[in-house]
Amino acid sequence: MSSLLVLAIVIAVGVVAFVIGRQRASAHETGKVKPHSRAHYHGWWAFLLAVLPAVLLLAVWDVGSSFYLDRHIHAALPERTVDSKVASEALDASLVKSLARGLRRLDGGTALPATFAELQPLLAAKGVALASDTQDYMIPIAVEANTVQDRLGLFGAVLTFALSIAGAFYALRQIAPRARARNNVEKLMLWGLLAASTIAILTTVGIVLSMLFQTITFFESVSPMSFFFGTVWDPRFAAAGSGGSQGQFGLIPLLAGTLYIAAVALLVAVPVGLMSAVYMSEYASRSVRSVVKPALELLAGIPTIVYGIFAVVTLGPFLRDLSAALTGGSPFIQGQSIFTAGLVMGVMLIPVVSSLSDDIITAVPRAMRDGSLGLGATRSETIKRVILPAALPGIVGAILLTASRAIGETMIVVLAAGVAANLTINPFEAMTTITVKIVNQLTGDLEFNSPQTLVAFALGLTLFALTLVMNIVALYIVRKYREQYE
Amino acid sequence: MNIMTEQSLENAVGDKMNAKSNEVIKMRGDKVGVFYGEKQALFDVNLDVRLNQVTALIGPSGCGKSTFLRCLNRMNDTIDSARVTGKITLDEDDIYDKNIDVVELRARVGMVFQKPNPFPKSIYENVAYGPRIHGLAKRKSDMDQIVESSLKKAAIWNEVKDRLQEPGTGLSGGQQQRLCIARAIAVSPEVILMDEPCSALDPIATARVEELIDELRQNYTIVIVTHSMQQAARVSQRTAMFHLGYLVEEGATDKMFTNPDDKRTQDYITGRFG
Repeated sequence: MSSLLVLAIVIAVGVVAFVIGRQRASAHETGKVKPHSRAHYHGWWAFLLAVLPAVLLLAVWDVGSSFYLDRHIHAALPERTVDSKVASEALDASLVKSLARGLRRLDGGTALPATFAELQPLLAAKGVALASDTQDYMIPIAVEANTVQDRLGLFGAVLTFALSIAGAFYALRQIAPRARARNNVEKLMLWGLLAASTIAILTTVGIVLSMLFQTITFFESVSPMSFFFGTVWDPRFAAAGSGGSQGQFGLIPLLAGTLYIAAVALLVAVPVGLMSAVYMSEYASRSVRSVVKPALELLAGIPTIVYGIFAVVTLGPFLRDLSAALTGGSPFIQGQSIFTAGLVMGVMLIPVVSSLSDDIITAVPRAMRDGSLGLGATRSETIKRVILPAALPGIVGAILLTASRAIGETMIVVLAAGVAANLTINPFEAMTTITVKIVNQLTGDLEFNSPQTLVAFALGLTLFALTLVMNIVALYIVRKYREQYE
Repeated sequence: MNIMTEQSLENAVGDKMNAKSNEVIKMRGDKVGVFYGEKQALFDVNLDVRLNQVTALIGPSGCGKSTFLRCLNRMNDTIDSARVTGKITLDEDDIYDKNIDVVELRARVGMVFQKPNPFPKSIYENVAYGPRIHGLAKRKSDMDQIVESSLKKAAIWNEVKDRLQEPGTGLSGGQQQRLCIARAIAVSPEVILMDEPCSALDPIATARVEELIDELRQNYTIVIVTHSMQQAARVSQRTAMFHLGYLVEEGATDKMFTNPDDKRTQDYITGRFG
């Protein structure tokens, strides 16, 4: 029996329990004792008790039975011989499993052929394609596996039903005028919310750990010193096992490129974003604000790959031609350059800066503005001398948050900054970033356990640490600023 | 709280007897009306503010007294939906005239707010803010002079002279309010508007600020909005009673508190409503 069907039936049991529970509880409402909980809380409590434990059991059972089945198949497989065609036992087991899945498609009536050669056309007629190295001896194992699976599934379904109905009965029996169904439901809600918020944290931990292990493997073949302080990036895409030199994995050129492009982007985004935030919060009338603010936020909704395309197709060539026209011949701005990438990234970041600073500027108390205006200061004097200084810590926090966006940005730089790991201070030349190199190292036909690939994880972890530190500093500053007024 | 003690009433009346009557009109409101969007908050107010006197505006909450006060230095301009009708003059000049620079007007008519609102800067910088904007001091020593004399006039110099570089927000509520008064004085205004300057202060701080207001009267013209009847009686020479957006009556403070013409004033000052 499929888990989906079981789930549907369990939910049906829950709904029935809800209806009965609510009915029973509402019968109490006319009694002499004032009921503790409203009737629908009793209904919900019955529903939750009928469904939640049963669903948990079902999930555990499904996972457990698939493990059990795996072990069963492994045990049934003959000892692997040296001349075996298939590479490993795990591969054998997965062949058996796909065979078992295929057999389920066959009609029960037809007799099962004993050899794979006869079986293959039958299955092919049902639309099941099998790997050609499936062996004859796997057929009985697959049949056996199917029986075991059916039996386990039936067991699980029966157990789940039993638990569901038991839960429903338990809840329904509890119904009494003074029973605290409301508190029970609230407590369960709390656990549900807690579980939801834990997911994000656990995912972060999982991401860090998965990168950490690959990074450790990488540092087994390349020393951390040469990675963090090396000034040459030359990973040598040598074929695996061919020996020879390993290549150099110097982080410095990538880090320099990342920070350089981020700096150019901030140079564009911060002044423009800040000034538009000041305009929006201090000068714009309500009608102007209602048009300009959504338009600006629309800019934030454009996918970064589109910005990248704009940079590489339109802006890059335009700047190159412009520089050529200015010098009358050779262009001094390359098609892909720090300047182009930074400029486009800066435009992308304008709405981030402006909406963050808009909130911060608006949070400066009105009394500050009144105090300054009441002394005969003009609006711009008030902004320059009172509002911006008061909002400064918050704005610095906003800029740091924006900077960590700029450092982690990928698609624009992949397209617009180039892939050459240069160390240069000329903003009109191409430079590359950490994110670009991660993309480069992970695409293509490289062996996964070679340092050429593993370096991507080391780069990723470095990037993660970098943005994490910036975010923590930014949050610290923003929080400290909040305390100032409240 | 609204019931006056005999003692304070007698003192207030006594002051009036001694005061030399001064009938020069500094500011004049003529049929002033204020709209917030569609809603009219103030109706046809005719009120004179006399030179070197304290004019108190009293009345229950929402009666328009703060609204009128904010018209006198055009602080209502900062509210998008506000619109002012009628005419207000300062030394015979219409302050809502196109040729009047609102920045200059606010330098002449300073304001102290209900809640002390020092800037998050040092005490020195708080006071120096206005003079700096208006270019009142050429040299650092001139600025020091202005800061010191303003703080002295606001009766807070002795408390802060040793910590001028500390943030103004670190002072106590009463000190902050006197700092705000010093800040207003520093630009040498002719009129000072005070919007319930003591409502956020404890009784001792209130007493100090009231004393200060009485001293400031020598050099400045003051308009004060207050909820406290005793305060109006103690510090003001003229009182104007507002109710539901209308000016109910206006006159010498001693007369208003002993023998008002309007029954609503009588009821309000004796605490029957408000």
